[in-house]
Amino acid sequence: MIAADARPRLAPKVRLRLDAKSGRFMLLYPERGMVLNPTAAEIVKRCTGELTVTEIIAQLAEQYAAQSREAIEREVVEFLDAMTDRGLVRSEP
Amino acid sequence: MSAVAVPEYRPYTLVAELTYRCPLRCVYCSNPLDYARRRDEVDTAGWLRVLREAEELGVVQVNLTGGEPLVRDDLEALVAEAERLELYTNLITSGIPVTRDRLARLRDLGLDNVQISIQDVAAASSDRIAGRRSFDRKLQVARWIKEVGLPLTLNTVLHRENLDRVPEVIALAETLDADRLELANTQYLGWALLNRRALLPTREQLAQARAVAAEARQRLKGRMEVLFVTPDYYVDFPKSCMDGWGRRFLLVSPDGLVLPCHVAHTLPGLTWESVRDRPLGDIWRDSPGFNAFRGEAWMSEPCRSCDRRTTDFGGCRCQAYHLTGNAAATDPACSLAPAHALIEAARREAVDAAPVALEYRTRRAGART
Repeated sequence: MIAADARPRLAPKVRLRLDAKSGRFMLLYPERGMVLNPTAAEIVKRCTGELTVTEIIAQLAEQYAAQSREAIEREVVEFLDAMTDRGLVRSEP
Repeated sequence: MSAVAVPEYRPYTLVAELTYRCPLRCVYCSNPLDYARRRDEVDTAGWLRVLREAEELGVVQVNLTGGEPLVRDDLEALVAEAERLELYTNLITSGIPVTRDRLARLRDLGLDNVQISIQDVAAASSDRIAGRRSFDRKLQVARWIKEVGLPLTLNTVLHRENLDRVPEVIALAETLDADRLELANTQYLGWALLNRRALLPTREQLAQARAVAAEARQRLKGRMEVLFVTPDYYVDFPKSCMDGWGRRFLLVSPDGLVLPCHVAHTLPGLTWESVRDRPLGDIWRDSPGFNAFRGEAWMSEPCRSCDRRTTDFGGCRCQAYHLTGNAAATDPACSLAPAHALIEAARREAVDAAPVALEYRTRRAGART
């Protein structure tokens, strides 16, 4: 599981792009594309290698005030773990 | 037939076949058998327009391929334009005609990924499949790709002659620090269909290789993506070829023809249009060739009544045609296909496996696929 003080960033082979046709953000990587739901897009935008996982959760908790912090934390960690497994996100130590 | 213009049919990937010229002669090449006759390549201005029109249509990825795309000296201009349009670019190459400096320049212009092909894990066998000395050069270029900071995808086309060396292929990919490894069992069309008797593996060979790949995929999770593409001669249900005819992919050939895939031009009775004559979007939407196998009206049984028709679309039209003579037939790779016996016969031939000479990609001007 991704550590709280890890600083996730997109792997070099991955690009984030706004898809004009659908209004959704997409991740592009070799021969594949992934449409991101709005929450996932907000997480990915913060994967710059500068913010820690804790800081990302805090920012999203502020943005999505209606959701519990625990729910946001679960969502962020699950998403980042899945992306890490797929080689799309890496963490600065 | 009226145009189909529903969101269901949106291209996400443009396959830009920039040329059929290539320094190699791979025995499984997917270029047309009569490639030598097609000399009239689309020029730089033409390709720049194709990129712009593709992006307008919804394309987000471009595969720069061929033949060998690096023989085009306008590749830099195309990569720069793709970058401007925010298209993700994959350069799919043999690696032969490139310098380290050129790779660095392409990187600076925005190239996103380089896929280099390796035919086997040692020079003798790799060069034999490629039809010329090339292995050492490919390794050098693979190292340069990583040195200049570009992502590296290693692609190895698998068949009977090299399947048993999948462990070594994986080890080589790790040595080269590849980000991605494609273990791609060959599709049996074009030159590979011609050479099928020599290339089709046995089920046991395949199962063994698949198990090795699965173990590596798990071990390398997060570090190197490992893809294993099973040949559809050994599945029960066919692949959804190209994710459906004229649905997710657009191919533009070196002479400007717009096609749903690189084999579609071999199907008789279909009309194809050129980017030189019409805008890309019009062709995608209205072209009779593109609309020939969209929807379900064209399907024969059992596809027409089959639950899987929305998942695999009845398999590959080109394979259906080249094996049965009918492009609308169920792909024989499907276990439910009336012509499935053709596939079973090919599998039995693979088990018998008397040594067969390979036929190399050459200038067979008179031949058609």
